[in-house]
Amino acid sequence: MAIDFHAILPELVLAGTALLVLVVDLFVERKVVASWLSIAGTVAAGVALASLVGAGTRSTFGGSFVVDNYALLFKGLFLGSLLLVLLMSQRYVDAGTAYQGEFYFLVLSSFVGMLLMPSSRDLLMLFLSLEIVSATGFIAAGFRKGDARGNEGALKFLLIGVLSTAVMLFGMSLVYGFTGSLQLGPIAERLAELGNEPAAVMAVFLVITGFAFKVSAAPFHFWAPDTYEGSPVPVAAYLSVASKAAGFAGLLQVTFVAFPSYARYWAPAFAVLAAITMLLGNVIALAQTNIVRLLAYSSVAQAGYMLVPFAAGSSADPAVREEAFQAVLVYLLIYAFTNLGAFAVVTLVSQRQPSNLIADYAGLARRSPALGVAMTAFLFSLAGIPPAAGWYAKFVIFKSAINGDTLTLQLLVVFMAVMTVVALFYYAGVARSLWLGTPPEGAPELPTPRPSPTLGAAIILSAAGVLILGVLPNLLVQYAPGSTLVAGP
Amino acid sequence: MDWFDDSAVTLAVFLPLLGAVAVAVLPREREGLVRGAALTFAGLALLVGVGMLARFDYEAGAAMQFEVARSWIPSIGAGYHVGVDGIALPLLVLSLLLSVLCVVYSLRFLPEPGNPKAFLALLLLLETGMNGTFVALDLVLFFVFWETVLIPMYFLIAVWGGPRRDYASIKFILYTLIGSVVMLLGFLALWLRSSPEAAGRTFDILALQQLGAARFGGTFGTIVFAAIALGFAVKVPVWPLHTWLPDAHTEAPTVGSVLLAGILLKMGTYGFVRIALPVLPEAAHEWAPVIGVLGAIAIIYGALCCLAQRDVKRLIAYSSVGHMGFVMLGIATLTPTGINAAVFGMVAHGVITGMLFFLAGSMHERYHTRDIVELGGGMATLMPRLAGVFTLACIASLGLPGLAGFWGEILALLAAWNPAPGLSVPLFRTLALVGLVGTLLTAGYFLWLIQRVNLGRVPDRWGGRTLGDLAPLEAAAWSPLIILTVALGFAPGLILWLTSPSVTGWFTDLFA
Repeated sequence: MAIDFHAILPELVLAGTALLVLVVDLFVERKVVASWLSIAGTVAAGVALASLVGAGTRSTFGGSFVVDNYALLFKGLFLGSLLLVLLMSQRYVDAGTAYQGEFYFLVLSSFVGMLLMPSSRDLLMLFLSLEIVSATGFIAAGFRKGDARGNEGALKFLLIGVLSTAVMLFGMSLVYGFTGSLQLGPIAERLAELGNEPAAVMAVFLVITGFAFKVSAAPFHFWAPDTYEGSPVPVAAYLSVASKAAGFAGLLQVTFVAFPSYARYWAPAFAVLAAITMLLGNVIALAQTNIVRLLAYSSVAQAGYMLVPFAAGSSADPAVREEAFQAVLVYLLIYAFTNLGAFAVVTLVSQRQPSNLIADYAGLARRSPALGVAMTAFLFSLAGIPPAAGWYAKFVIFKSAINGDTLTLQLLVVFMAVMTVVALFYYAGVARSLWLGTPPEGAPELPTPRPSPTLGAAIILSAAGVLILGVLPNLLVQYAPGSTLVAGP
Repeated sequence: MDWFDDSAVTLAVFLPLLGAVAVAVLPREREGLVRGAALTFAGLALLVGVGMLARFDYEAGAAMQFEVARSWIPSIGAGYHVGVDGIALPLLVLSLLLSVLCVVYSLRFLPEPGNPKAFLALLLLLETGMNGTFVALDLVLFFVFWETVLIPMYFLIAVWGGPRRDYASIKFILYTLIGSVVMLLGFLALWLRSSPEAAGRTFDILALQQLGAARFGGTFGTIVFAAIALGFAVKVPVWPLHTWLPDAHTEAPTVGSVLLAGILLKMGTYGFVRIALPVLPEAAHEWAPVIGVLGAIAIIYGALCCLAQRDVKRLIAYSSVGHMGFVMLGIATLTPTGINAAVFGMVAHGVITGMLFFLAGSMHERYHTRDIVELGGGMATLMPRLAGVFTLACIASLGLPGLAGFWGEILALLAAWNPAPGLSVPLFRTLALVGLVGTLLTAGYFLWLIQRVNLGRVPDRWGGRTLGDLAPLEAAAWSPLIILTVALGFAPGLILWLTSPSVTGWFTDLFA
């Protein structure tokens, strides 16, 4: 069986870069070389990816690895995120740790797993890519070795991660037992033939539960705030965006591609899951005093919004299912820009004020108006208010759910509408503090924060993305594929 | 002049945005340049508006003019479709005019903590949202412009506001957002029902109006109307959703209050006239009595609250609740007269209340208090010209014949006497009588206000001070409003000439 090396070129480039970084780091004095090497490797992987665009659907490894529009879009999203993460890491890592090469190795490896994820079309590949993402994530999360919170967060992440993996793997083995296949397409066919088999339904739910941990859907979310808080800020950024997006990529594939015939079971479950996730994420976020924890709970809530379209997965109308599928994609794209941007600002501030308290942001915008404008744009984009891009993301979710035209979905969107308002309260609270807050009495006078060129580039790129996409969303979303992936129930 | 017709609306909406960007990138130290740029862009936009008035075809009825339809987000079927008719144009011009006057006023009067650059950039961004709302003919576009006003207004209140600005600003934005997300759900429901085929669905307001009652009847229409109306009603605000308004108006900086009262409230009533009524006529007919009753309650409630206020600005804010009650009453009659009255009332209220808020701001600048008791009277002796303008604005607001405030109210009451066929005549006549009582109360509190502020002896504490009378810049910012107040009072045709053909075109057959 010949391997289509062109199809896996982006992954190969990135994996090669990761190994190269690890080796080069041993022999150079100036560790910042590792960072530039990683950035170069990311750009090269991007070029490799670009060479695949428009080349049609490619498939290799016996159909287990497929490069189609859906995969390309996700890979583009991941490489873009990786670039932003690397840009924001450079100064932060340079100032903080002696293990720079290792850090970049871990981040790059994790993204190799993410690139594999949307192309994986069998359960084994899905599992492997997810584990590459997670295993490297466990170590990256614990990178601040001397920090007790870092250790706690990483350990929690590890234990929960292993638990969810076990649950998922158990489910996958049952699915294999029932269907005799690991590939998603055949699984869908066999499950449809199988009909109502309670144990198979349980297996499906076990797999979904495993992914629910990864996307930090409530009630499987409780690792996220602790882990994000303990991690280096750039790692928290990629966990909250890229790793979550990888989880959603997997979730989309198993639900819409492998298990569509059981949608009547999982779609209502997703409605409940979405509602709980939105509720817990938003309400707990209201009480946060630490910016990273706030963003963590906000990212839980955002996952809740993204779960809403899954509840439309049981619709008999293929157009509705396809729209639901795309709504998740569009939301992820816009959310990625926005949240990475917000974390880039947090990275900058935490260099001088590592406590990451929201109070540290009081008056930040007065010291640096440009930074204030950028952070305000990110916050209001997360809240979903035009002209920042987030409105469009919320809009497509609302639209996809309304399109489903069932009572459950209607109730769910009304609930989501209310939750959006709750969310605005804490986003606007931070924004207000940025512009109006006064630092506490006796706090030392802080200089104007000056981002390093790379971090500045990360902030400018994401802010420009958020503002331009808010006015002209079509620039990006026209590429959300009219996916051929979505099969019938 | 084809290029003008094709680009006029776009220019009017986006010149201020361009100005906001320009102001934002200019260096903060060059305050003169910043102010000049803001004034230039706002002024250019106003010029475009004047040009539109000149080239507008006044006989064209319900047809949209200066219309532009381009694709914007094809993947969801939303287009950049804009245009004006006789209903939208006066409001657009009002928005353009008030924005310029606010920029002029800000040249000198800028509340703490200063920073004209940020202030003017937000003001111009706000203007884009307001102008856009009045010209959008696509629900998604409308929604985006509608929401665009939130952030600038939030910051105008939160940064440059009064002592309770934190509370007022967050209350404003949360209230409005809950209304507008529900409104958005209503829009999406309309889209869903606009065609059984996915390909035929549309967000286009004109296309939805064509579908009208045929497709959006029954329970569906009733519920969707309620959802959309909730969004508009929060903005108007309709009693009992008005509680954000006194706080926001009182705490906002002067120009923030002017634009809130002058334009933002009209976005809500305009939404009723442009979207809710024509798209959902059947449901509008069902809901009309409710809207009418709420309008009448607002008239009385606003007036009673005014009688109890000590803060001049808060009093004016509550008076807005009452005046918008008249507008809602006019809309609820579903007759061309009532809707003409509503549009006239919107413009008149924008002009007069805008002026009143300017005055309240200037009084605060001088006295450093707005408390009626502390002011203690005697302004006519102390600052005769300022007091003169204040008197004019107050009696215009109370609806004295010969000034702008009169026509909107009297026409609304007349319309309520003869509501559209099918509406309960006794109910609406009762509402008309209630409204009439409201005008008496309105006259009462405004005259009492004039008496307590303008007349009487100057209290000792102001005796030795020199409080400058009307400054040239104030005169410049207010004179267009003064002229309009008088002109519209003597010649209501100036507005009705514009609105009447369109209103007749839209609404004559709709509810007959």
